[in-house]
Amino acid sequence: MPILNYLWIIPALPLLGSAINGLFGSKWPNKIVNSVAIGSTGLSFLAALEAVREFTHLAPENIPWVQQYFTWIIAGDFRAGFDLQIDHLTVVMLLVVTGVGWLIHIYSMGYMAHEGGYYRFFSYLNLFMFFMLILVLAANYVLLFVGWEGVGLSSYLLIGFYFLRKSAADAGKKAFIVNRIGDFGFMLGMFLLFKSFGTLDFVPLFAKAAPLPADAMGHLGMFTVACLLLFMGACGKSAQLPLYVWLPDAMEGPTPVSALIHAATMVTAGVYVVARSHILFTHAPTAMFVVAIVGCATAFFAATIGLVQTDIKRVLAYSTVSQLGYMFLACGVGAFSAGIFHLMTHAFFKALLFLAAGSVIHAMGGEQDMTRMGGLSKKIRWTYLTMLTATLAIAGFPPLAGFFSKDSILLSAYQNEHGGRILYAFGLLTALLTSFYMFRLIFLTFHGKPRYDEKKVHVHESPKSMLVPLMILAVLSLVGGWVAAPAFWGGSDYFANFLQPVFWQGGAMNAEAAEAAAHALEIPLAIVAVVSALLGLIVAWWLYLRQPGKPEQLAKSMRGLYNLLLHKYYVDEIYAALIVKPLLWISTDVLWQTVDVRAIDGTVNGVAEGALGMGDNVRHAQSGNTRSYAVWVVIGALVIIAIVFWPYFRATTVGAVR
Amino acid sequence: MVPTHYYLILSAILFGLGVIAFVFKRNIITIFMSIELMLNAVNLAFVAFSQALNKLDGQVFVLFVIVVAAAEAAVGLGIIIMIVRNRQTLNVESVNLLKL
Amino acid sequence: MNVPLIVFFVLAAMCIIGAVSLILQRHPIHSALSLIVVMIALAGLYLLMGAEFVAAVQIIVYGGAIMVLFVFVIMLLNAGLEERTNVSKLAGIAGVPLAVALTGFLAAAVARSQDTVQAATQTGATAPTKALANLLFQDFVYPFELTSFLILVAILGAIVLAAPRGER
Repeated sequence: MPILNYLWIIPALPLLGSAINGLFGSKWPNKIVNSVAIGSTGLSFLAALEAVREFTHLAPENIPWVQQYFTWIIAGDFRAGFDLQIDHLTVVMLLVVTGVGWLIHIYSMGYMAHEGGYYRFFSYLNLFMFFMLILVLAANYVLLFVGWEGVGLSSYLLIGFYFLRKSAADAGKKAFIVNRIGDFGFMLGMFLLFKSFGTLDFVPLFAKAAPLPADAMGHLGMFTVACLLLFMGACGKSAQLPLYVWLPDAMEGPTPVSALIHAATMVTAGVYVVARSHILFTHAPTAMFVVAIVGCATAFFAATIGLVQTDIKRVLAYSTVSQLGYMFLACGVGAFSAGIFHLMTHAFFKALLFLAAGSVIHAMGGEQDMTRMGGLSKKIRWTYLTMLTATLAIAGFPPLAGFFSKDSILLSAYQNEHGGRILYAFGLLTALLTSFYMFRLIFLTFHGKPRYDEKKVHVHESPKSMLVPLMILAVLSLVGGWVAAPAFWGGSDYFANFLQPVFWQGGAMNAEAAEAAAHALEIPLAIVAVVSALLGLIVAWWLYLRQPGKPEQLAKSMRGLYNLLLHKYYVDEIYAALIVKPLLWISTDVLWQTVDVRAIDGTVNGVAEGALGMGDNVRHAQSGNTRSYAVWVVIGALVIIAIVFWPYFRATTVGAVR
Repeated sequence: MVPTHYYLILSAILFGLGVIAFVFKRNIITIFMSIELMLNAVNLAFVAFSQALNKLDGQVFVLFVIVVAAAEAAVGLGIIIMIVRNRQTLNVESVNLLKL
Repeated sequence: MNVPLIVFFVLAAMCIIGAVSLILQRHPIHSALSLIVVMIALAGLYLLMGAEFVAAVQIIVYGGAIMVLFVFVIMLLNAGLEERTNVSKLAGIAGVPLAVALTGFLAAAVARSQDTVQAATQTGATAPTKALANLLFQDFVYPFELTSFLILVAILGAIVLAAPRGER
């Protein structure tokens, strides 16, 4: 079984591509650079496929299949190694990352063709692939964290790709810093886990944790605290409340970056971590509840902001935040396999949406504002069709992918014992809003009268290299859901069964117990979901196609609410005032002025000045005057005599005999 | 008989007077003479002890002190002559070039 | 009250008067003469203590050579009355008290040590000159030779210092 023994090849190939492009690419023509990049990613994808094929032949007791390559850290009893593992969850993530990643690499070939720094882009992109693969293949938390940080770094590099633009550089910094805040929580979680279990390797850690009793609801036991800390890291990486603020700004990067990192792969790392740690989470009902609440709130919150945004990429960014909220909602109610399923389908249609948006932007010559588009459906047919497919998928129309995944999440939410109805209600409302703003995007961009100067902008369809990935992803969005279609729809429930070995100890228990009830609920809930999606479509059609003036009127009449949404609830401003400003103040006035300049420099310089001052005063003793020198000599003699004769005085006075 | 400590007290008094002269007078030669006075006071103490302890080493030492005093007087007066050549005055306060 | 004690007090008075006179005189030649008086009185004291060789050396070398040299230089330099400058404040203020303190300490130390030093001294010692010579040329021969070397150096130094400019 060759590849399974050489798992390291899968991440090493993109790393090699990154190094070659980084070191030598600046001198090479575009063709060679992208063949190196696309070739390395493609080979990695093939290696992943082969690994999956071999994996399916493994005996069940070998799963998860762990390979230990070298020992990285040994400190006392603690050992962290470069260990890679494969199990069913890894298989899903691996195929998504390498497959979608490869398609996006091909797309970038055409999209970035006229950009400067071509080789740098592909080098960073391959570097990102390397770190993401390390993340999904890691067999312990430490190596996972290496990948975690690495994708954060690559994200920073890629968001700030156009670093000569201040807004891009700032956005890169913001992404990295906000991620770091989450990482702080993640590290604390890792420390706590190590302290409790003595190891950070997945297999032994979960084996130790499984038989332990779960924490009670509302009680902050070890499991709860560790899971909450890990979730804090996931919030940072996956842009949940309150650490989501970097994702909309991250749209400053090139569109393929948004597609790969901020739709399909990096932001899903948080969901992956929660799913991977499901054994810990199922022992901490409080943490699961928090996860569900945060996921649901974020989904709703982001959807409301997305309603009024005018930049096409911003809408998609908030949509990503919202859909990630769905995934966390799923994990929070115990439906881990549903969450991972939604992760997979979301990767397909969100990547497609971003790539298609990139195609639109490319066609419009760089224009990103939807209010200046319109009537493009005939001019860029293929882009339109693929984007429409993705929109139908995200809105949850059957039989596309999004319907199945979203439906299973809402079903599990409904059945949750703590506040399930409320979670379901908000989830449903979010689905309606999602459908609305996605179709708003379609109608504003592709339908209606053109709102741009047709003489200035020459709309042209994108090259084949950009269109082919779009079409492949569209096909996946169409059929991708069928692997998980529950039995009663005619599908084989393949996905949940596939992930059963991973999640059997955890959330799937909910589904087992409520299976019978589930069947009864599925059909009504599915109908409700489709109805809400249709409702969103109809409202969008009415507002933007039938009565184009209506949105303006509504905006004017609800000025306050409209402004609130348009300015993203002023969250960035609040953060700046509450956190950034005080921090800067402390840094400048307190730490710099007071501590460094006055205290530390003052002390060091003060010592020097003291020496100078003392010297200045003492030098008056050197008066050059012989007589005063003579007096000093006498004083000295006096002192010495006093010291020498002193005990003699005291001894004789004590026992004086007169 | 004269008790030894009479001699020693006299020696101390002479030494003190020599210090007063050394501090107070401004003529270089007078200051030099006060040094000789101090040396003499010390010699007195040496001889007194030599006699009290019945050992002659004290007197040998007195001889050496006298020899050294002689050599010192010779060289010192030579220096004084040079100072007078340079400063044209015998005031010790004119020798103040080592001032910081 | 015996004769040696009276002689001692007389000679001691001469010493002290001479020393005080050295301080109070304004012309350095008078100070030199006062010093000679002190030295003669000291020689007398040495005789009283029975150190005859030391007394003789005191008069011959100290009184006859060193003081003559002093008088010589005073006359050579035409030293006049002492000037009344007072640059050093420290000496003016602190000088006397310190010197008195010094003397007081020493005297007090001596006074309290009466019992550790033998009280009485004998007049008419035990032919010290011969014994002194033996001591000097046997036990202290090395320092003795060094002192001759010292005198040689002093002579050379004095010549170099005092020679007129241009003649080396």
